[in-house]
Amino acid sequence: MAERQYPIRLTVNGTEREAQVEARLLLSDFIRHRLGLTGTHVGCEHGVCGACTILHDGVPARACLLFAVQTHGHSIETVESLGTPEHLHPLQEAFRACHGLQCGYCTPGILMTMKAFLEQHPDPDEAAIRKALSGNLCRCTGYQNIVAAVARAAAVAREGA
Amino acid sequence: MKPPAFDYEAPRSLAEALALKARHGEEARFLAGGQSLVPAMNFRLVRPAVLIDLNGIAELGDLACTAAGRLQIGALVRHARVEGDAQVAQHQPLLAEAIREVAHPQVRNRGTVCGNLAHADPASELPAVMVALRAQMRAVSVRGERSIAAADFFQGTYSTALESDELLAQVLLEPMPAGTGTAFLELARRPGDYAMMGVAVVVRVDASGACTDARVVCCGAGDRPLASAASAAVLLGARPGSDPAALEALSEAAGAALATSIDPPGTVHASADYQRHLAQVLAARAIATACARAATHLPSRSH
Ligand SMILES: Cc1cc2nc3c(=O)[nH]c(=O)nc-3n(C[C@H](O)[C@H](O)[C@H](O)COP(=O)(O)OP(=O)(O)OC[C@H]3O[C@@H](n4cnc5c(N)ncnc54)[C@H](O)[C@@H]3O)c2cc1C
Ligand code: FES
Ligand code: FES
Repeated sequence: MAERQYPIRLTVNGTEREAQVEARLLLSDFIRHRLGLTGTHVGCEHGVCGACTILHDGVPARACLLFAVQTHGHSIETVESLGTPEHLHPLQEAFRACHGLQCGYCTPGILMTMKAFLEQHPDPDEAAIRKALSGNLCRCTGYQNIVAAVARAAAVAREGA
Repeated sequence: MKPPAFDYEAPRSLAEALALKARHGEEARFLAGGQSLVPAMNFRLVRPAVLIDLNGIAELGDLACTAAGRLQIGALVRHARVEGDAQVAQHQPLLAEAIREVAHPQVRNRGTVCGNLAHADPASELPAVMVALRAQMRAVSVRGERSIAAADFFQGTYSTALESDELLAQVLLEPMPAGTGTAFLELARRPGDYAMMGVAVVVRVDASGACTDARVVCCGAGDRPLASAASAAVLLGARPGSDPAALEALSEAAGAALATSIDPPGTVHASADYQRHLAQVLAARAIATACARAATHLPSRSH
C-alpha cells in the first residue's frame, strides 16, 4: 500500500515551494533529494553532529530532527541562500581567508549556525564563539581556524556597518 | 537511520490534541520539539503509529512569570526561551543555570521543557531541577486535569506518572522565599553533552542564619532524579554562616553524605566509582555556592 502523502507549502531560500510528502520524510532528505539542494549535509541523523543545521523561521535547527511535513507554512534557509561562487557571503569569505575548512563536510551547518549567531552577537569574544560552535562537530580543522574565521567575519561586518 | 511510517496529525487546539491522544492511546505520541523523539524514531527505538504535532497549538506556548516570581511554563516553551528570559534569571536562577547545560544551541531552539520532562531521561538536568524546586506538573486529558508533584512525576527511565491519554500542559514553580540560595553543577565531556553527573541544590536559611530547608538532587545517579535525604539532613539546622572554613567543612560533609546515599549505575564514560566521586565533589561545591547565595538574600528579621 502506498504511504499517505501530505501536501505542504513552504518558503525555501525566499522562494515558495509546494510538494507532496510522506509524513516520515526528514526535512534534511526533503531538502537534498526533493529540492536538490545538496549543500545541507547529513552526518549522524540523530541531532549530534550539526552538519544538517538550517534556519527554520530564521532560527538554527537540525534538519534531521524535523519532518518535512512540519514545515508547512514556515520558512527555511539553507547554505545555498548565503553567497554565490562569484559573490561569497562575508562569512564564507572569512572561512576562505582563514582556512576555516578542510573537507567542508561540517561547513554548511557551521555557516548557518554562525549567520544567526553573528546577527544576535555582532561583537563576540572567543569564548562566546566557541560556545556557539558547541553543537557542530568538525573532524578536520581542530576548530582554531573556524573560530578565527568567525571572529574575522564579525570584525569585517562591524567595520562595514 | 530513517524513521518508520506513521500518520501525522496537526491539531490547532488543545481539545483536538487531547481527543486524538485519547483515541489512539499508547499508539500515538505527542511531537513537541522532536529533539528526543525524532532521534529515537530514526534509530527505530520507538515506532509510534500516529504523531500528534503540538507545534500549531498557540495556547500551549506561554511562559509567564508574576512579579513575585511564580513561573508557568507551557508545553511549547522552548529551552532557548527560558534561557533568554530575564525574569527567569532573576526569580528562578536554578532553572536558568541548569538550562544552559542542556544540549547545544540548535537543540535548545527547538526542544521544550515539558517535552524534556515527559521524556524523563534520567541523565537530564531538568527533572532534577524540578524535583529540587518542588515543581508542580499540570497534566490534562479529555477526562480533566490534575496536578502532580515533581517528586512523584518521575517513575523510572523514560517513565512518568502521565497516563496514556495525558499531556503535560504546564510546569509551575512557586516563588523562592527570601533566604533561599541555589546552585547547579555538572560535569560533561563536552559542553551540551548529557552530564556524567549533575547536582542541583536548594538551601534556605532563616533570619538567624540557620538552615531550615535543604534539597540536594542528582541527575545521572539512577533511573530518576535522586533527592538525598542524608545530605539534606547534614544541612538542616546547621548555620552555614560566613566563615569560609566552617562553610567548607559543612559542604564537604553534606557532599560525602550524598556520595554514600547513592548507587550510580556507571556509564560507558564514567564508572560507578567515578560517578560517586563526581557526586561528592560537585555537591560540596554546589552546596557551598548555594549557601553563599542564600546569605546574600537573608530574610529581614521580624520584631
Ligand atoms: C544532540 C543532543 C544533545 C542533547 N543533550 C541534552 C542534555 O545534555 N540534557 C538534556 O536534558 N537533554 C538533552 N537533549 C534532549 C533535549 O533536551 C530535548 O529537547 C528534550 O529532551 C525533549 O524535548 P522535546 O520538546 O524535543 O520533546 P520531543 O522529542 O518532541 O518528545 C519527547 C517525548 O516526550 C513526549 N512529549 C513531548 N511533549 C509532551 C507533553 N507536553 N506532554 C506529554 N508528552 C510529551 C513525546 O511524545 C516523546 O515521547 C539532547 C538532544 C540532542 C539531540
Ligand atoms: S545530521 Fe543532523 S545533526 Fe547530524
Ligand atoms: S572541515 Fe572536514 S569536518 Fe570540518
